[in-house]
Amino acid sequence: MRAADGEDRGTWQGIASILLFLSLWQIAAGLVESRLFPGPAMVLKSLIHEAVDGPLLHDLGITVTRVAISFIIAMVIGTALGIALGRLAWLDRWLNPWLVILLNVPALVIIILTYVWLGLVETALLVAVALNKIPNVAVTLREGARALDRDYAEVAEIYRFGPWKTLREVIVPQIAPYLLAAARNGLALIWKIVLVVELLGRSNGVGFQLQSYFQLFDVSRVIAYAAAFVLCVLLIELVVFSPLERRVGQWRR
Amino acid sequence: MTMRVVIERKIYPAQEGAPERALFENLSFELADGEVCAIVGPSGIGKSSLLQIVAGLDRDFEGSITGLPQPVGYLFQSPRLLPWRTARQNLELVIPEQPGRAGEWLAQVGLSGSEDVYPQRLSLGMARRVALARALAITPKLLLLDEPFSSLDEETSRGMQRLVAEHMQTLRPTTLLVTHHWHEAAALAQRVITFDGSPARIMDDQPIRQVRAAE
Repeated sequence: MRAADGEDRGTWQGIASILLFLSLWQIAAGLVESRLFPGPAMVLKSLIHEAVDGPLLHDLGITVTRVAISFIIAMVIGTALGIALGRLAWLDRWLNPWLVILLNVPALVIIILTYVWLGLVETALLVAVALNKIPNVAVTLREGARALDRDYAEVAEIYRFGPWKTLREVIVPQIAPYLLAAARNGLALIWKIVLVVELLGRSNGVGFQLQSYFQLFDVSRVIAYAAAFVLCVLLIELVVFSPLERRVGQWRR
Repeated sequence: MTMRVVIERKIYPAQEGAPERALFENLSFELADGEVCAIVGPSGIGKSSLLQIVAGLDRDFEGSITGLPQPVGYLFQSPRLLPWRTARQNLELVIPEQPGRAGEWLAQVGLSGSEDVYPQRLSLGMARRVALARALAITPKLLLLDEPFSSLDEETSRGMQRLVAEHMQTLRPTTLLVTHHWHEAAALAQRVITFDGSPARIMDDQPIRQVRAAE
């Protein structure tokens, strides 16, 4: 009961802090009076206009789809690679330098090179985003695989769980926190990279629109597109990640 | 069928500065069907390692285990319940074909009312009773008990010994009980094998009556 009260209070404090920020922003915008520094009311107006009469929903849909596909590719490959690296020491010795290199190559360089080598196509976008994210997922899941407790694997062996049941009942629950951490960081990183990739070489999506309005110095629309996207990500956090996290951590309470 | 354990050589690899050492050399014994045998000996001599080898969890040794009764119920030294599953679910996992019996088993080990509790909320004694129920629920033909009563208070320990004795009477599994308490061995086993030395050797192998008489 007390924990729930604390959670509620946390939520209200969060909302209050956002409202306070919006009020200060509105006041500051009123003082500056420049179209290069629009207030939240102006941004909201642009947002509604772009959503109803403009291409916002269409572009948002395209970007979200790209984020979803890149996310799935990066998570699947990164997870498989990470688990393999965590379990097979010889593979880790071979591939660890490459992980370190990929983790440190600037995202922009990977994006430019994939566009140059694969052309300004959708595949290049997906490859660029996945290449940027796979090393992060792999490193996190490698830790997860290393932390797997041999004791539980022995229980599974003695009581003849078989491979599928062992995966479901013994391995997944142990790596779930790592998967969740990788997914959460993954989403945050991927949507930022997707926007850059769109900005550099695609003719649609939120990143492309940001680029267009940037050239027109239409700051209220730039913020409106960014806000629409941030709202989408928040929604995913609330609907997908928070409930998942509660479920994964249920037994610890 | 008689179970025969032959370990020609088992090396314990070098670890954290300690050099590699031979744990067992030319060790062999047999267990008749339904026989309850206690393994006693000082700490660190390899009693738990022996159970791991017998259970088939450690295959890195020279020798053979033949006539192994199946299925194997194993009460590890730590309870090893899956922490993300409740007491009842931990049991249901090993008897998926009769999940309804999980509750009955928990009642038998005196844990009615704790069915939906996660292991970390259970005391060591309670968790070990769930683990014992798990080992017995599969109707084991071979029961491996690794210091099942250590770190328990006197009363809990006696209660658990009674439980084990009762179920061994009804299920009659071939049993290997690792302990370093003579009175536990005397209470449950028909035969006592004493280990000593390095590499560990069988110093003594006697029916419990003779051990008692000698004392």
